Amino acid sequence: MSKPFVSIEQLAKIYTSASDELVVFEDVNFGIEKGEFVCIIGHSGCGKSTILNVLAGLDMPSRGSIIMEGKEIRGPSLDRGVVFQNYSLLPWLSTLHNVSFGVRARWPQWSKAEVLEHSRRYLEMVGLADSLQRKPSELSGGMRQRVSIARAFATSPKLLLLDEPFGALDALTRGVIQDELIKVWSETQQTVFMITHDVDEAILLADRILLMSNGPRAGVAESVKINIPRPRGRATIVEDPAYYKIRNYLVNFLVNRSGERKTGDSQAPTFIDPSISGVGNENSTNTETAALVAAN
Amino acid sequence: MASLNVRAALVSVCLLAALLGLWEALNQPPAATEALTEFEILMGGVDQEARVPPPSQVAGRAWDELSNPFYDAGPNDKGIGIQLAYSLYRVLTGYFAAALVAIPLGFLIGMSPLMHKALNPFIQVLRPISPLAWMPLALFIIKDSELSAIFVIFICSIWPMLINTAFGVANVRNDWISVARTHELSQIKTAFLVILPAAAPTILTGMRISIGIAWLVIVAAEMLVGGTGIGYYVWNEWNNLDLNSVIFSILMIGLVGMALDFALGRVEKLVQYKE
Repeated sequence: MSKPFVSIEQLAKIYTSASDELVVFEDVNFGIEKGEFVCIIGHSGCGKSTILNVLAGLDMPSRGSIIMEGKEIRGPSLDRGVVFQNYSLLPWLSTLHNVSFGVRARWPQWSKAEVLEHSRRYLEMVGLADSLQRKPSELSGGMRQRVSIARAFATSPKLLLLDEPFGALDALTRGVIQDELIKVWSETQQTVFMITHDVDEAILLADRILLMSNGPRAGVAESVKINIPRPRGRATIVEDPAYYKIRNYLVNFLVNRSGERKTGDSQAPTFIDPSISGVGNENSTNTETAALVAAN
Repeated sequence: MASLNVRAALVSVCLLAALLGLWEALNQPPAATEALTEFEILMGGVDQEARVPPPSQVAGRAWDELSNPFYDAGPNDKGIGIQLAYSLYRVLTGYFAAALVAIPLGFLIGMSPLMHKALNPFIQVLRPISPLAWMPLALFIIKDSELSAIFVIFICSIWPMLINTAFGVANVRNDWISVARTHELSQIKTAFLVILPAAAPTILTGMRISIGIAWLVIVAAEMLVGGTGIGYYVWNEWNNLDLNSVIFSILMIGLVGMALDFALGRVEKLVQYKE
């Protein structure tokens, strides 16, 4: 079997102090295919952010490695764009220059006009054509995160890393920006790895959801395939027969099963396809789901 | 109701009028009760006591000085403009020399915990030394009073700029450094495109403190080295027992200091950003 586009192998993060050592996660193995949208869900403290930071090259693992296109990731690179939870815009630059900052770093040989034109196009894509000259402090949280997303997409990274990008936004804004993310992603077909706490968000966006067991000694326990056809919309996705099956499966994992990690499962996570009947139904407590399953 | 600014200005003007009025009233020579003899007039009239000149006299003196600020009638008789220009020249030379050293060094200290730990003891010992304490040593080593005065300005301006730059650089938000790293910026580019603008408000605050201290110190330094400058002028007029000129030059020192602070304040505003 050929290696996936990105391959995470035996990754572990261990903090050692004089008295003992804290294993945040260990034996983490998974792959990301080109063009795939992968979400990772897990309780706080399981080390999701650390995995993302290692992917970004901002953090070093204690053990294991990440191979991307046959090369080990060592340090940050423009091939991997990051959208941080707190936006991380440079407050002294305007919206346009926050994006062109990245574009210029990516294509230093471009002329000033080309850089600005390219940046402007991506800001238009996220609906910020009217706010090019505003400073981040003059933007709402949602608008700031849009700038951050535009900056990441504008540099066309091979892998896009999103660290809980909507965590700090209210539910309405979050929905709007999720739609925008889907739009930009479907235009660019980028490979995306995203951390989220929101099960619905994960189902809406992802091709595959990785479920992490609880830390310490956390790991990626399961890999859940989301085979709801695209394009997906926030309003229509709930009508898909598979939706609640998947949702219940995920919630059940997070509530009941994330604490138990089978010892010795150092290999790849179990692949699950909850839409195949028989999987994920047994623990169903949701009457709506029961109705849907009956309708099937 | 008038705006706050108008009301504040009104209070300021009233206070000024009251203070000047009090000063004027308390410093009037007693009126002569009888005709003075020639001898008494020569000896200063009936006023046997030295008085602080009232503001009306100081204003007259100020008018004379300011109407011809750049005359040069020999070593001990130069216009106020020339004296202030000498002082400003020394302050700005020493100050910018200090900035050239303090800001790069502050970057180094701020970016490298090793250099911070290594240099900190030196800074802690050197910083509390009164700049004027360096004067004898400077005079001996440099053998030039002009350059010694500039050195004293240099040494007193360096610390606030150095410490503020190091603090500003060390406290640049980690997220912004991460942004620079994920965009593969070189060290130099990170320093200029991210760290410098991020730390600029803190650096400018240090520069503003420094220019204030430098202007305080130049007066004392010029009293010591003599020759030219506003500090020398104050001392020289004291020796001449010309209190009108002393008071006038004190006011000029205040005004120029305010102008310097105002200028730096404007620059500080330019680099300020809101998070």
